[in-house]
Amino acid sequence: MATITINPVTRVEGHGKITLHLDSDGQVNDARLHVTQVRGFEKFCEGRPYTEMPAITARVCGICPVSHLVASSKACDDIMAVRIPAAGDRLRRIVHLAQTVQSHALSFFHLSSPDLLLGMDEDPAKRNIFGVLGEHPDLAAGGIALRKFGQQVIEELAGDRVHPHGIVPGGMQEPMTAEQRDAILMGIPESLDFVRRSLDLCKGIGDRFTDEIETFANFPSLFMGTVARGGELELYDGDLRFVDEEGEVVADGIAAPDYRQWIGEAVEPWSYLKFPYFKPRGYPEGMYRVGPLARLNVADRCGTPMADEALEAFRTIDGGKVALSSFHFHQARLIEALYALEAMEQLLRHEDALDTRVRATAGVNELEGVGIAEAPRGTLIHHYRVDPNGLITWANLIIATGHNHLAINRGMLQVAQKFVRGDQIEEGALNRVEAVVRAFDPCLSCSTHAVGQMPLHLQLIGPEGAVLHEVRRD
Amino acid sequence: MPRVSAAPAQKTERRSALEQRIMLRIDGEYITTDPGKTILEVARETGIDIPTLCAVPGLTSVGACRLCLIEVKGNQRLLPACTVKVEGGMVVSTRSERLDKYRRMILELLFTERNHVCAVCVSSGACELQDLATQLGVTHAPFEFRNPNLPVDASHERFIEDPNRCILCTRCVRICREVEGANTWEVGGRGINSNIIADLAEPWGGSLSCTSCGKCVQICPTGALAVKGRATGEMTKRAWNVTDLNRMRGART
Repeated sequence: MATITINPVTRVEGHGKITLHLDSDGQVNDARLHVTQVRGFEKFCEGRPYTEMPAITARVCGICPVSHLVASSKACDDIMAVRIPAAGDRLRRIVHLAQTVQSHALSFFHLSSPDLLLGMDEDPAKRNIFGVLGEHPDLAAGGIALRKFGQQVIEELAGDRVHPHGIVPGGMQEPMTAEQRDAILMGIPESLDFVRRSLDLCKGIGDRFTDEIETFANFPSLFMGTVARGGELELYDGDLRFVDEEGEVVADGIAAPDYRQWIGEAVEPWSYLKFPYFKPRGYPEGMYRVGPLARLNVADRCGTPMADEALEAFRTIDGGKVALSSFHFHQARLIEALYALEAMEQLLRHEDALDTRVRATAGVNELEGVGIAEAPRGTLIHHYRVDPNGLITWANLIIATGHNHLAINRGMLQVAQKFVRGDQIEEGALNRVEAVVRAFDPCLSCSTHAVGQMPLHLQLIGPEGAVLHEVRRD
Repeated sequence: MPRVSAAPAQKTERRSALEQRIMLRIDGEYITTDPGKTILEVARETGIDIPTLCAVPGLTSVGACRLCLIEVKGNQRLLPACTVKVEGGMVVSTRSERLDKYRRMILELLFTERNHVCAVCVSSGACELQDLATQLGVTHAPFEFRNPNLPVDASHERFIEDPNRCILCTRCVRICREVEGANTWEVGGRGINSNIIADLAEPWGGSLSCTSCGKCVQICPTGALAVKGRATGEMTKRAWNVTDLNRMRGART
C-alpha cells in the first residue's frame, strides 16, 4: 500500500503529520492525521494541589488558555462543592465569550481566509494573511482588530491576554469596574458590525467552493455540544447533547459528571491523540464532531437576536436540520462570534454587573470534579480526582481536537479521494487536504497537550509501504 | 554625691565607646561603626544593598544561601557578609563582575536543583528568588535541571509545604525555633537530599509541636510554604519585621 505524508501540517495550532495510504490501483484508501508529540499533562499534574490546576492546564495552549482556565476552575469548583457568586459567574462568561471572539477571529481571518478569499490554488507564498491584506485590506485589518478586541477584554477582566490568571477556583480574582465595563461596551458595536459584514461575504464565498463543500468532511456523523436547559447555545455551563445526522437528539441533558457514561476514549498505535467516541454506537462508528458547526447543529437557537437571524439562514444551507459539511465550520464560527458579542453585551449591561462578590472560598469537599466548557474549537472536559488534602491523584483532559479526531481522518480521506490522483501530489491537492484539517481548526498542541507550532509534512505511501512522494513545509 | 561622681564615669564610658568604634570602607565609602556587627548589618545601615535569601534581621545568620558573598581586600576567598564581623581597616566590595557571576551562578544552581516554575507558582510576583533572578539578570540556567519529584505536604489544615520550591534557606527553621519557640521545622537528610521536615519527618498536619502560627509561611522567601487554597500568584507574604517581633516579646533587640 502506498502512503502520502503531509508533514508538517501548516496554519493550524500544533504539530502534526498526515499520511495518505494508496491501494494497488493508486487510489487513496486511508488517511491519518498523526499527532506526533505527547506532553503528559495528565501525568505530571499528579501530586499537585488542585488550586494550581487552572494555571498548569492553561499552559496546554496559548491560543485558548481561557477555555482551560474555565473548564479547570469549574472542575475545582466541583471539588470545593461551591456555587460561585452570580457576578463571578457572569464575569467568567464574559471572559470566555471574549476568548471565543478572539479565537474565531484568528481561525477565520488569519488562518482560513487566505484559502477562502484567494482560492485554494493560489501560490502558497501569497496564500496567507499578508496576501489577504493586499487583496482585501479592510477585511484583514478588521479581522485583526476583532481579535485584538477579544484579547483586550480578556486582559481587562482576567489580567493578561495570554495566560490570564483572573479566573480561579471559586470564581474570579477581581470584580469589574465601571470603567472596564464602559470601555468594553464601547468596542462592541464596531465588532458586531464587522462580523455581520463578514458573514454576508462568507455567504457569497459558498458559491465558489461547491466542490469543497461537497467533499470537505461532508458525511453523516453525530454532533456534540453543550446547550442551556432551554436548548439555547451555551458555551460556559451547558449540558451535553448529541444529535445524529438527521438532526434528531440521541442523548440530551448529560451533566458534566456523567460524561464517561457516554464518551469512550480509544487509542491507536500511530498517534498520541486519542479517539473519543459515542459509547452507544461503539468504536469507531460512534464518530462525532464538536466545535462551532456541531454547536449550531445541536442547539435549538442561539438566544440572541442577530445570531438567531444568522442561524436561521445557516439552517437552510444544507437543506436539512443539520449542516454536514465541515466547510461550514467557517460560517458557523462567524455566527458564534456574533452570538458571543451580543451575549457579552447583555452580561455587561446586567444591573449587578459590578457586584464585588465574585468569589466563593472553600476547601476540599468532594474528591472528584468535572468541568465542561465549550472551547472555541469544541467541547473541553477537565476531570480530576484529589486526595482529602486536595492533591491531584488522577486527571483526564479531553480536548476538542480529540473529539474531532475520527471525523478529521474521515474528512481527509474524503477530500484526498477526490483531489489526489496517483503517486504525486499537486500543491492544490495538498492544500485541500490540509484545508480540511484547518476547517476543524484543530489545536494539536492542545489535543495531546503537545508542544510546538505547526508546520506540515505529507507523505504519499505506496502499496508496499514505500514513500512515493513527500512534501515538507517548515 | 552619686550624681557628682557619675558624670566623669559616663564620660569615660562614652569615650571608650568612641575609641572602640572602627572604620572600614564598603564600596569606597568610609564608614565608622561599632564592632561586633556583621558586614551585612553595617552595609544595610549605610544603605548599601547586598542581595540575600537566607539572612533576616532579627534571626540568627547561618550563611546558607551564599548570595551575600563579598570581597575583602587582602583575602583571596569570598566571604559571606551575613556572618563575617566587621574589622577596622577592612576594605569591602559588594559589587564586582566576579561577585555578579557567582551570585548568578548560585541562583542558576537553585533554579536547577528543584522545580521553580514561576508560571504556576502561588508566590509568583511576590517571590524573593524570582525578584533576585530578575535583578541579577538570570534568564537561563546553564546546568542540567534535576527535576526532582518531591511530594507536596498538604496535610496541614491551613498551610501547604511544597519542597519543590524550597531553597533550604532555613528561615522557617530559625523563626520557628527562635521566635515562636516551637521547633517544629528542622533540616532532615544530608547534602543534596536535605529537606525541611516537620518534627521527626511527620506530615505537617500531624505535628504536635506546630502552633499553626504561620510565621514560617510569612517568612519563606519562595512559594515553598504558602496559605492553602491560594491560586497561582495569589500568595503575597506579610513583611514581618522580626526585630520588632522580638522587641514585643521582650526577647532581644
